[in-house]
Amino acid sequence: MIYWNSFSDFLAMGGYGLYVWGSFGVTALVMAVEPIVVARNQKATKSRLKRQIRAESRSTE
Amino acid sequence: MKDRFNLYRFASPATFYPLAGKAIPWFIAASVLFGLAGLYLGMLVAPTDFQQGEGYRIIFIHVPASWLSMFIYLIMAFWAAIGLAFNTRLSGMMAQALAPTGALMAFLSLWTGALWGKPMWGTWWVWDARLTSELILLFLYIGYMALTAAIDDPRRADKAGGLLLLVGVVNVPIIYFSVKWWNTLHQGSSVNLTKSSMATTMLYGMLLMALCFWMYTIAVALMRARTIMLERERHTDWVKAELEEPAR
Repeated sequence: MIYWNSFSDFLAMGGYGLYVWGSFGVTALVMAVEPIVVARNQKATKSRLKRQIRAESRSTE
Repeated sequence: MKDRFNLYRFASPATFYPLAGKAIPWFIAASVLFGLAGLYLGMLVAPTDFQQGEGYRIIFIHVPASWLSMFIYLIMAFWAAIGLAFNTRLSGMMAQALAPTGALMAFLSLWTGALWGKPMWGTWWVWDARLTSELILLFLYIGYMALTAAIDDPRRADKAGGLLLLVGVVNVPIIYFSVKWWNTLHQGSSVNLTKSSMATTMLYGMLLMALCFWMYTIAVALMRARTIMLERERHTDWVKAELEEPAR
């Protein structure tokens, strides 16, 4: 089933290792970092809005 | 009547917000599963390509990223059209939620394309119709994000951004058909509805990776849409209820 004979064959990618892993590496990085950034933004927005809402309700009381 | 009512209900942020929150983990799980299956088939099982050797394996991310970069733009243009025609609140939020992911997909398409072009064509970049129109797509995404970010009033930002999206949509068929219309260095399409030039394992590996990218895009866009919703609807009761401490 598995096409490769050894792990080093797999890493070498028939001499195209730099190009193949350069593509997959950057893609993996992007798809790992983007959700983290989005989740952080959401957290920051939530706490900022919470503070705003609390401040507004205090000023109207 | 009842169905109609439900459809409108989902278009309201107050309903959409908790629903999207429940859906996101499932889309993440689907993305991971499709990705593992696709990588297994593409990177471990699929045979080598008789022309391009192992370098062809870049296809398993290059094609999904390129497809998504075009699909996401079409979906954004669809939301823009809905927003401009019916003045719905949700459409502008959806378009804005999708834009950064679309830009990243366009970037990944160009990046993996450059890393594929270097060993196969001997150059990272050529001003060929396919490559140039994809670069324009990246600029359209960046232009849309810059334009909507520069306008303070969100409804006006949606309108201006929507117009840009609708004008720019002409670029998508140009990208797609560029390899047919012009004599390009870029190879023709690998997948056809009638016949495909790829081995079966390669084709399935690529389709699984495309599904992985799709699910990823939906998950991230929904996450971003929820943040935009809270921000824009901050004066409404449902956001206040949502943000209130559950202890009280």
